Formats: sequence, structure tokens, C-alpha cells
Amino acid sequence: MWRKSIVFAMLFLSIALMYACSKNEDDIIPEEKKIIFSIPSNFPAPGYNFEENQLTNAGFALGKKIFYDARLSADKSISCGSCHQQFAAFANLDHKVSHGVDNCQGKRNAPPLFNLAWQKAFFWDGGVKNLETSPLNAFTDACEMKTDLETVVSFLQNTQPYPELFKKAFGSGDINSQKVLKSIAQFVGVLVSGNSKYDKIMRKEKGFTFTSTELAGYNLFKEKCSSCHAEPLFTDFSYRSNGLDLVSLDEGRSHITGAAADFGTFRVPTLRNIEYTSPYMHDGRFYNLDEALEHYNSGVKNSPNLDKSLKGGIMLNDTEKDQIKSFLKTLTDNEFIKNTLYSES
Amino acid sequence: MLVSAKTLEILHCIQNDSNYLITYSSFQKKMKLHQYLLALLCPIMLLSSCKKSGDEITANTKSSFTIEFEHQVNGAALALNITNYKNAKGEDFKINIFKYYVSNIKLSKADGTTYLIPESYFLIDESKSPSKLVTISDVPTGDYTRIEYTIGVDYARNFAGAQTGVLDPIYGMFWTWNSGYIFVKLEGTSPQSTAANNAITFHIGGVIDPNNTLKTFSAEINAANPLRIRTDAKPNMHFIVNAASLFTGVSDVSFATLNYTMGGANSVIVANNYAKGLFRLDHIHN
Repeated sequence: MWRKSIVFAMLFLSIALMYACSKNEDDIIPEEKKIIFSIPSNFPAPGYNFEENQLTNAGFALGKKIFYDARLSADKSISCGSCHQQFAAFANLDHKVSHGVDNCQGKRNAPPLFNLAWQKAFFWDGGVKNLETSPLNAFTDACEMKTDLETVVSFLQNTQPYPELFKKAFGSGDINSQKVLKSIAQFVGVLVSGNSKYDKIMRKEKGFTFTSTELAGYNLFKEKCSSCHAEPLFTDFSYRSNGLDLVSLDEGRSHITGAAADFGTFRVPTLRNIEYTSPYMHDGRFYNLDEALEHYNSGVKNSPNLDKSLKGGIMLNDTEKDQIKSFLKTLTDNEFIKNTLYSES
Repeated sequence: MLVSAKTLEILHCIQNDSNYLITYSSFQKKMKLHQYLLALLCPIMLLSSCKKSGDEITANTKSSFTIEFEHQVNGAALALNITNYKNAKGEDFKINIFKYYVSNIKLSKADGTTYLIPESYFLIDESKSPSKLVTISDVPTGDYTRIEYTIGVDYARNFAGAQTGVLDPIYGMFWTWNSGYIFVKLEGTSPQSTAANNAITFHIGGVIDPNNTLKTFSAEINAANPLRIRTDAKPNMHFIVNAASLFTGVSDVSFATLNYTMGGANSVIVANNYAKGLFRLDHIHN
């Protein structure tokens, strides 16, 4: 009896202590969810891992604020979020190419932003090699935000509440481009999309199975598409020509490498959330998935650098196209698209 | 005289050795086994000390020195925007911008030991006078007979995350569309240039083959007057930097045919040129 009471007393004490501890934490950050970089269990190890850019709620919040701040552009009309819209999985819905300041039309289709920590190089031509330095081009390009880093830094230094936010995020109120870029990397790096129906099925989560059409589509996909759109990220990050034109108007990857073999090649894009990221291709020429699939069926041109696996195209009948389309829609991650943590607030 | 920790260690050993010799002659009978072992140990330690000294220098005392970069064009002082110069092809040109990175400075002693100055990145800009006088601190004291550095920024930093200090992209020496630093930037005009406004634009960088433009410069220092790093002195190394070296040395550049490069094969031509003649160690004030 005596022993039992001691055990109960200890248990009670532990529970009380646990409660006290959690309460203390709540007091410090009231009702704020700790921002974490979560790696889905069916994903490989990421390339960017926040080791030299400690992820904090304050850093993430600052990056998000900068991401959505149109005042940073030359005419105060364009933010990162203008061309990277959450409802389009951070791509640009209905825009063939990005639409910058002064109504300037950019050269290429704005890519979606998610799972960037797994990406080795950025932009359609892979010119930028580090997640942190990726926003530089958007800041400075005459057809995007048309500003320069000096102006951006000085705006942030002189605009409330930025100095305070930088202090919270980095421990000191002085602002430089490194902190700007690291905070943006905290925001965009955390954008992980790995909760689609496909993911849940792959992780054998209870209650999730492909329909027979989806499964037929998945099998076709593995047979005909996955050599480039490799699972689980749905890209192998290589640069290839898929024969859009006999002679590409855009030099693509060769702009970076200078190599003739790279002329007209572009990074294989991910197919995750493809339902929401139209229009498709580097120049946004296809408005819907039917057009994109029909290209592989009947539209592949024999361009000099056409990828070997696409010689003669990929024969697909209407049933097969529908099956593949159903499978592609299982790559939609609505939890990601609708996560208010990532929304402009 | 100040000596490095390693030298002290060696001297200590030699002393012990001679002590042992004295011991041996006077008190031979009293020698114990451990003394023999000690005697054996000393030469071994000496040997290993010698081996080790092949890599890095460490010292208890450190001091600083300065490097001055004097900008010239074929022997004449560089003056931005106004003065007319001639390239090796006899074409006139003016310079509006001249700046470049120097990094990973490494000093060597006559015995082959080296000291790499950590985090040594410098952006030298003709339009910013203070940038032409670089101070290097915390260098182990000693006599150095060789200096070596990278013209530009090492491979890794070209692809690293957001940088600060002189590597901050705010200085316009980082390509936003094709990651990497501009190692040497020279802009100006030439009547021979076919570009708009007769501009000449040379942005040299890139670290990936076949268009790798990373170059290393090294200079032997006269052993009679080495770079003497001392706690009570601040020596100065004086380099002459010839901006015209971009256009001659391996292949003479004509502005009629090459007046614009931002990385790529033409940048390699220019980098091969300046690797030969951009820097010359003129003298050292100890």
C-alpha cells in the first residue's frame, strides 16, 4: 500500500513536472508552431540541410515577409510571390513566362517552388548552384524585380519593422545581403511537398490505394516516363531536349556551359503538383496536360540534341493518356497548397 | 631571436641529448634503462619533428604585414576614365572600371614550411584607394621567401551559400544567372571596339572546365631580403599590377574582334594572358 502511494506520488509529480515544462515553453512562444524542415520518409537525403543557416521561426517569418513584399521591386509592383503563387504550388498560373516590372515579359516560365532542398541547381538552365543565391537573379533581372542588392538592403534598413525582425532572426539588427538571402532560403527551403496521395500510398499509410485507372497510369509511367521524371522527386535533375522545336529559340543549358551539346536542353521539371502548375514547358507553350502528353505522342521534333529516349516520341493512345493523367493527379499535395504557414499574412 | 614552437621542441631535444652525453661520460655506471630509452627517444623525436615541419607553420608569436597593389598600365600609372593607353596591337583604350579578387594567400619559408592565411579574400578596386592596401594579421613570425595567391575566388566559394564581407554579391562581382564570382573586371572604351558606345567589357570568371579561369600567382622573394614578420615591425610588400596584361602575354587581344566577355572560352584567353603578367613583386620594405 505504502509503496503504491509512492509510485502514484512519483507519477503525479512527473506529470506535473512535464506540464510545467511544456507550459514554460508556451510562455516563451505563445501559440506558435515550431517551424521545422521535415523530410518525408520516402524521400532521399536533401542536399541543403540548414547546417549553416539555422532554421528559426523568426528567420522563416522574416524570409516569408521579404518573399511577399512587392515594395522591393523597382516600381513596387512585383514580389517573389507575384510569380510564385501558393495556389499554383508556387509557380505562376496562366502565365507562359514570368511577368515582371514595367509589364516586362520574361524569357521563361516561372518554375514551382517546393522540395528545393533536394535540387542541385536552379533555373531551367541550372545556372544557379545554391539555394541561397537563387533570389539574386529575380531581384536584379530587368524583366523581374529590376532592382539591385544595395537598394534592397537599404530599403530593409530603413523600413519598419524590418530592423526588429532581423534582430529577432539573426541576433543583431544590422542588415546585409547575406541575412536577406539566408532568411529567404529558410522560407523557401521549408516548402516541402510530400503529402500527395502517391506519397501516402508509397508510405503504406492506412486507407490509401490507387484506383485501377491510377494504377494502370502508374505502371505506364514507370515504363515510359520515369527514366527522366525519376521517383520520388519526379525528376532526375538532368538537362535534356524533349524535341519541342527543330531549332530551339532559347539556347537553354548551353547559355551556362557554352557546350553545343547543351543547346536547347532544359532541366527535367518535377511532375509533383503538376495539376496546378500549368502552363507547361520552359516557355509555357502547353496550357494543359492533354497538350503536353500529345506532344510526347505525336509532336516530338527531331532536334539535333533530342534526348535519345525520345527518338520517335512516346506512343500513347487515348486510354493510356487518361490513365497517365489520373496517375499524375495523385501527385497533387493539397495539404501543401493550402498550408496557411506558407501564405501571405 | 624568436623561434617557432617546433624549433623550441627541437632545441630542447638537442639540449637533452648533450646532457645525456655529459651524463654518459661522468656517471656511466649509474645509467639506468630508462635513460637509455630516453636517449633513444630524442633522435626519434627529432626525426619526426623534421618530417612534420613539411606542412604547416605554427608559432607562439604572430604579427602583421601589408600588401600594396600599385595599378599601372604598361609602366604608366593607371588613371580611370581619362588617360588613353595602348594595347599590344597598338589600339587605344581607356579604363573606367578595374577591380579583381585576390584570395587564399600562402606564405612559405626557405625550409619549405608554409602558412595559409585563413579566410583571406580581398577585393581590390582602383576606384577605392583603401582597397589597394591590404593588411594581413596574425601571421606567425619568421622569414618568408615565397608568396602565392589565387587570382579570383577558389572553386568552393563560387558555389557556396550567401557570403558576406568582400564576397557579398552587393559589390557586383557575382554573376546572378550563372553562379560564380567575377575574378577580374575591366571595363572601358576603345575606338576599335565594335560594341555599342565603343565599350570594352571584360568580366573574367568561371571555374568549370573547359572554361576554368582560376589562376594562381606566385613570387619568389629574394632570400637576402625576405618578408620578415616580426612583433616589432610591420613590413610592406609592394606589387605592381599591370591592367594591360589582360590583352597580351599569350595571345594579343584586338578590341575589334574581342571586346566583350563574361565567362566562357574568350574569358579563358584573357585569364591565360593575365596569369603571365598581372602581378609583379616589386619590392619589400621590412
